Amino acid sequence: MSAAVLQPGADVLAFVRRDPGDGLNELQLMLEGVHCGACVRRIERALARQGDLETARVNLTTRRLTLRWPGEPARAGALVGTVTKLGYGAVPFDPERLASLDGRGERELLLAMGVAGFAAANVMLLAVSVWAGHAQGMGEATRGFLHWFQALIALPAIVFAGRPFFRSALAALRAGHANMDVPISLAVLLAPAMSLAETVRGGEHAYFDSAITLLFFLLVGRYLDARARGAARAAGARLLALNAGSVTVLLPDGTTRSMRPEAVEAGQTVLVAAGERLGVDGTVSEGSSELDTSLITGETLPRPALPGEPVFAGTLNIAAPLRVTVSSAGEGTLLAGIVRLMEAAEQRRGRFVALADRVARLYAPVVHTLALATFLGWWLVMGAPWQEALMTAVAVLIITCPCALGLAVPAVQVIAAGRLMRRGTLLKSGTALERFARVDTVVFDKTGTLTLGRLELQGEGVDPEALAAAAAMAASSRHPLARALAAACPDARPVPGVRELPGLGLVRDAADGEWRLGRRGWAAQAPEDGVPGAELWLGRPGRAPVRFRFADQLRPDAREVLAALRARGLAVELLSGDRVATVAELAVELGIADWRAGLTPAQKVERLEELAAGGRRVLMVGDGLNDAPSLAAAYASLSPSSAVDISQTAADAVFQGEALEPVLELLELARRAERHVLQNFALSFGYNLLTVPLAVLGFVTPLVAAIAMSSSSLLVVGNALRLGLAGRRGRT
Amino acid sequence: MSGLLYLIPIALVLGLLGLGAFVWALRSGQYDDLDGEAARILFDEEDDHGGEPRAHS
Repeated sequence: MSAAVLQPGADVLAFVRRDPGDGLNELQLMLEGVHCGACVRRIERALARQGDLETARVNLTTRRLTLRWPGEPARAGALVGTVTKLGYGAVPFDPERLASLDGRGERELLLAMGVAGFAAANVMLLAVSVWAGHAQGMGEATRGFLHWFQALIALPAIVFAGRPFFRSALAALRAGHANMDVPISLAVLLAPAMSLAETVRGGEHAYFDSAITLLFFLLVGRYLDARARGAARAAGARLLALNAGSVTVLLPDGTTRSMRPEAVEAGQTVLVAAGERLGVDGTVSEGSSELDTSLITGETLPRPALPGEPVFAGTLNIAAPLRVTVSSAGEGTLLAGIVRLMEAAEQRRGRFVALADRVARLYAPVVHTLALATFLGWWLVMGAPWQEALMTAVAVLIITCPCALGLAVPAVQVIAAGRLMRRGTLLKSGTALERFARVDTVVFDKTGTLTLGRLELQGEGVDPEALAAAAAMAASSRHPLARALAAACPDARPVPGVRELPGLGLVRDAADGEWRLGRRGWAAQAPEDGVPGAELWLGRPGRAPVRFRFADQLRPDAREVLAALRARGLAVELLSGDRVATVAELAVELGIADWRAGLTPAQKVERLEELAAGGRRVLMVGDGLNDAPSLAAAYASLSPSSAVDISQTAADAVFQGEALEPVLELLELARRAERHVLQNFALSFGYNLLTVPLAVLGFVTPLVAAIAMSSSSLLVVGNALRLGLAGRRGRT
Repeated sequence: MSGLLYLIPIALVLGLLGLGAFVWALRSGQYDDLDGEAARILFDEEDDHGGEPRAHS
């Protein structure tokens, strides 16, 4: 069971908030498994049938459900139950923890875009009249009047809609470098300012339309970019919130209370139900069970947990309820330690500078020098009046304004991210595509990445009668081996009278005595022989014991994908925290020459940094908690959607499904997207080579600038759209 | 040319109306879930009663 699904009995009450305004209870839930409108409808209809809810609305973009209802807060449990009964995972979260991730910036951009669009349309209306007037001999008074009207619309609109660019440009200048927004801001401020001066003078040309249209185009690009990032952020936030499970604390007076993990103090006693994930570190004080530690160590087999044994947050309690005395919670847990290791690795990794920003760093000074040279050339050398020289320089700024960088790169990214999302791969970072395109080494984790992280019964030679008998016993247990056994025999019905002895196995009181299913030493009464891998023995009185062996299954296409990666010239390596024997076997099976086993999270990071120091650009694919630091340390990283939340948060992209093929697909698409971005740069630089000399020589009028700018924008956007078209054609 | 004196204000007012409608739609949260609204229009009306949500700003 994935950690994403709300555990039965987990308390949602801690997350219900009362709106002081109207006295309604509000609960926000993250949903898992919602993919389309039909899901939205099923959930909303089921909730509507619960009666008198003020709001029950699913947001399909962010996969969140907002519930608001009057009266008892305690109805929360029943409402969440309604959703989980439909088969969707629902996890409560605290919206304040995610407040900074809200789409407020996106809304501001949309509003700015609306205002710029309105102004651009109206200014263009007037500008076209002026251009027509040039041909038909419009009177000077009428032209001045139309220019004044343009100024009236354009100036406030530019001041309002340009704020996102001005802010970013100011921030960059304060930090002592130039980004793309500096030339943009300069152009959209200088052009209308000069045009206003021209209008006052009663001059012939005004660039109000160019400035506002430019702003509109750039805002479209910025909004697309923000939406792509917003979707990525929402995915990240969803994963973050899943950490917010609550723990059940046993108070000294014998009552229980559910608390957030970070609020628990050392020395308190926590109850851990079977099937629940531990939220704290501590020692077992009562009860004995087994823990699934695969997320922390990468080990496939469960580990016994007996009184006095230390246990760690993040592990899953499998067999029986436990009482745990808390030794540390929140920041002090092993889990938090791994998170710190991850953050440290992330900081050590060189900050990747997006291609557009690198181009901008070269582009901005060149453009500014060119404009300045034009101004000085016309004014001092050619002896033109300074106003005229400045107008020519403004024309240069407008013509060189980076529409390709501002519009076409986001367009390529949005289209690529959209295609990946339809195939079940979520991109989580804006620069991820560029990094995926440059990867030359792929490092895999074993459990859960190359394999499915799920045990399956091995071999056909098992006696069907014994299998049926064992599966019938196993059907009532939650132990991973028992579940694998029950899954191998789907017809098996649970039989009554089965007891679970933690650390040993299952007992059934049958007619001919005690049937045992469990460890070799106990069930088969034979000494343990230390065979690697997992096994269960079925012991029945008077009959020979039967052995069932289990192994973690490879992902179905692991071999083909690894071969394809090698065929593309990528080096493949395997880093695992599991035991040497298991890893060696798998490496041989998959033909991986470079493998290391028994690594701690820190050693994995070390190896990655060693590779990076050797000039390699490494893609890390991993799923466990022990992989999270290496995911953060790698040049680019990818994790399956079955991974722990924190690994998904650390990774640049998350893929769904059992196949490993998305790894290939992602690398392929990233390379294609990179090609399109480079083509767009080539297109826009080519266009600049053509038009900049015209601008410098003073041949560019507002009409020419408007035509040139629109056509180059359409050209690069059209090229970006080809990425989506090519994919569609390729699929059918 | 005197036609401009009322034609331009008319164009402006129409544009402002459009802008006003857009800002209203944005404020009332209609742009918060672009994927969901696309599907929502296909739902049958008669199923929706009781706790059917209303848009909140």
